[in-house]
Amino acid sequence: MNAMLAFLRRVANLCRKELQVILKDPASRVLLFVPALLQSLMFGYAATLDLREAPYALLDQDHGPAAVQLIAKVEGSGVFRRVATLDNESDIAPIVDASKVLFVLHIAPRFEQRLSAGEATPVQLILDARNSTTAGTAAGYLGDIVTRFNGDWRQSHGGGTAPLTVDVRAWYNPNLETRWFMMSSMIAVLSMLQTLMLTALSVAREREQGTFDQLLVTPCTPAEIMIGKSVPSIFVGLVQSTLILLIATLWFHIPMAGSLVTLYTGLLCFTVACVGIGLAISALAVNMQQAMLYTFVLMMPLVLLSGMTTPIANMPAAMQWLTVINPARYAIHLVQRVYLEGVGLGTVVGDIVPLLIIATVTLPFSAWLFRHRLV
Amino acid sequence: MNGGFWRRLLALTRKEVKQLLRDRSNLMMGIALPAVLILIFGYGLSFDVKNAPVAVVMEDHSVTANDMIAGLRLSPYLAPTVVNSMHDAERLMLDRKVDAILRLPSDFSRRLGQGDAHAQLILHGSDANTARTIAGYVQSALAQSTVLQGDRSGASPGATVGSVYLEQRLWFNEANTSTWFLVPGLIVLITTLVGAFLTALVMAREWERGTLEALFVTPVRPLEILLAKIIPYFGVGMIGLLMCLLAARFLFDVPIYGSLWLILLVSVFYLFVALGIGLLISAVTKNQFTASQLALVTSFMPALMLSGFIYDLRNMPLAVQVVGRILPATHYMEVLKSLFLAGNLWPVILKNCVILIGYAVVVLAAARLKTRKLIE
Repeated sequence: MNAMLAFLRRVANLCRKELQVILKDPASRVLLFVPALLQSLMFGYAATLDLREAPYALLDQDHGPAAVQLIAKVEGSGVFRRVATLDNESDIAPIVDASKVLFVLHIAPRFEQRLSAGEATPVQLILDARNSTTAGTAAGYLGDIVTRFNGDWRQSHGGGTAPLTVDVRAWYNPNLETRWFMMSSMIAVLSMLQTLMLTALSVAREREQGTFDQLLVTPCTPAEIMIGKSVPSIFVGLVQSTLILLIATLWFHIPMAGSLVTLYTGLLCFTVACVGIGLAISALAVNMQQAMLYTFVLMMPLVLLSGMTTPIANMPAAMQWLTVINPARYAIHLVQRVYLEGVGLGTVVGDIVPLLIIATVTLPFSAWLFRHRLV
Repeated sequence: MNGGFWRRLLALTRKEVKQLLRDRSNLMMGIALPAVLILIFGYGLSFDVKNAPVAVVMEDHSVTANDMIAGLRLSPYLAPTVVNSMHDAERLMLDRKVDAILRLPSDFSRRLGQGDAHAQLILHGSDANTARTIAGYVQSALAQSTVLQGDRSGASPGATVGSVYLEQRLWFNEANTSTWFLVPGLIVLITTLVGAFLTALVMAREWERGTLEALFVTPVRPLEILLAKIIPYFGVGMIGLLMCLLAARFLFDVPIYGSLWLILLVSVFYLFVALGIGLLISAVTKNQFTASQLALVTSFMPALMLSGFIYDLRNMPLAVQVVGRILPATHYMEVLKSLFLAGNLWPVILKNCVILIGYAVVVLAAARLKTRKLIE
């Protein structure tokens, strides 16, 4: 019992010391929160694949009422903004080349005539596909507009309504905003960046400054030192997640569908797994520079292959297999399911178990590494 | 005098190269990370949806309805599975086994004959972009089937009424694959990493540990110290760049329409900007941790998020756009994408080159001003 108390007291002291190290320096205090804040706002506003006032140019060589009607539909969509009106086909290339517009809508002469004659009439859409995703999205929007135009045209020319209407509805994100997806992923990813960096640096800094030896001559055992190093990082990681969670709900008004208890249970398991990885890095690194570089080299694939930037299902099979050992993959999946879909703890067990496995592998492994470097 | 400059520069450069080669974490960052990133970006990341699982609920078992589904099956982007009831489909969706549900109601074929059919499409919206892409594919597959259906039944519902269709041309990316625009972006990312992040870190370490002070007592000048730092990291940056170019050409078959020399030239300009930013950050912070965080926040994250790499700048709110336009990475990105996918568009090249050269001069001069032989 006494031994247990002494153990707890030593760990508590170490935790206090670690927290003081993190919080004492004003620069590092600022760095704990400002980058997370900036990045979540940046991602929230910038990371959107949704079109907004996309610039386009119009080349209308028909000028008939039907063409005007179609153009009104394009302008009225609120998605596109006309920045140029062209007169000649030869004007198309320069304006697209200079990236002034995302696309040129070309209505050929005899548009009205052909349409009235009951022909299937083409409207040419020239897309700047240097960014193929944006181009694809624009084509999708325009396809919808043309479908609506056809419906109206058919109705006003005695052809009845459209033969087939597809009623589209989206669960969990009714307006299909990329931001909802991004912000929920950030809750996991940003705290991972911070936790990894903090844990990796904490030991490396002591080693570089020579204070690690001092720690070793205290009555603390290596295991206690490790716990003392992990708990503050876990705490900081969770605080960061909370910060982003607050931005997502209060600033961006993304409704939280699930329970906080489930969310934090998942996040705790995730942060522990990250701390395990961070400690392993810091056991391997000789100095701070190495610790930082190793963290960074590891972080890039972890983030990129987490499903945040592009879906895991789009990856080739071999890459998909690699993501099995990526904690960020489970965390993002978990946060999204809890945050957007509102599922309970029972459903996300499939994500929590792998995280716990990663933690139970990395933590003893880094303890072993410490021992073998220290002794 | 002049001879002294070259001798000192040579000696310092040799020292820097040794220092760079001695620590394998530097090489990991300079060589291994670009290689890993090339593989991830080339093979791993893709916005192109393929074989998306869609549950199909057929409440109408007519031939017409079956024909519609056959149309879905033909699409390489969709993998439809027919389920028995809406309840089963919702189950699959809740478990995220499917990305969408398509429901053809029991009066589907009857109303299609009357030209007034409805089909319901429910999307799993968590991943908004994928959801929207799938919606597009399902709608166009159904529209196509509808037209075929009309042809087959002899009298299309709108036979006498004209309709408009989009004739789509994808300029600069005929293959419509995201790899084509991801790979040029990757070059920007790697150059920024090596130039700004690695250099800031290495130089800040010297400030922090006081090894620069040791150099200050020697006859070397600040300019020589900076040049000696720039030369080896410039080399590392160029190796990363060449790896990217080779991978783009031979691994991923990304076309390079512009001139290779121009790509190299603008890359050299941008590399100088990035190196300057790295040196400036380290001279201002003089602390490894702060320098690394600052380099991440001011150069790497914006290069990833705000340069038009993945997310089109034009979709962002105006304030964010303005920030994006100020960044040197945005200009490098613009000229690289054009050189890769569009060719030698001189107005784009000249404008961005001038901006990049301007940035390089300003940051390098600022770094020189901040690097003084003074101990604070």
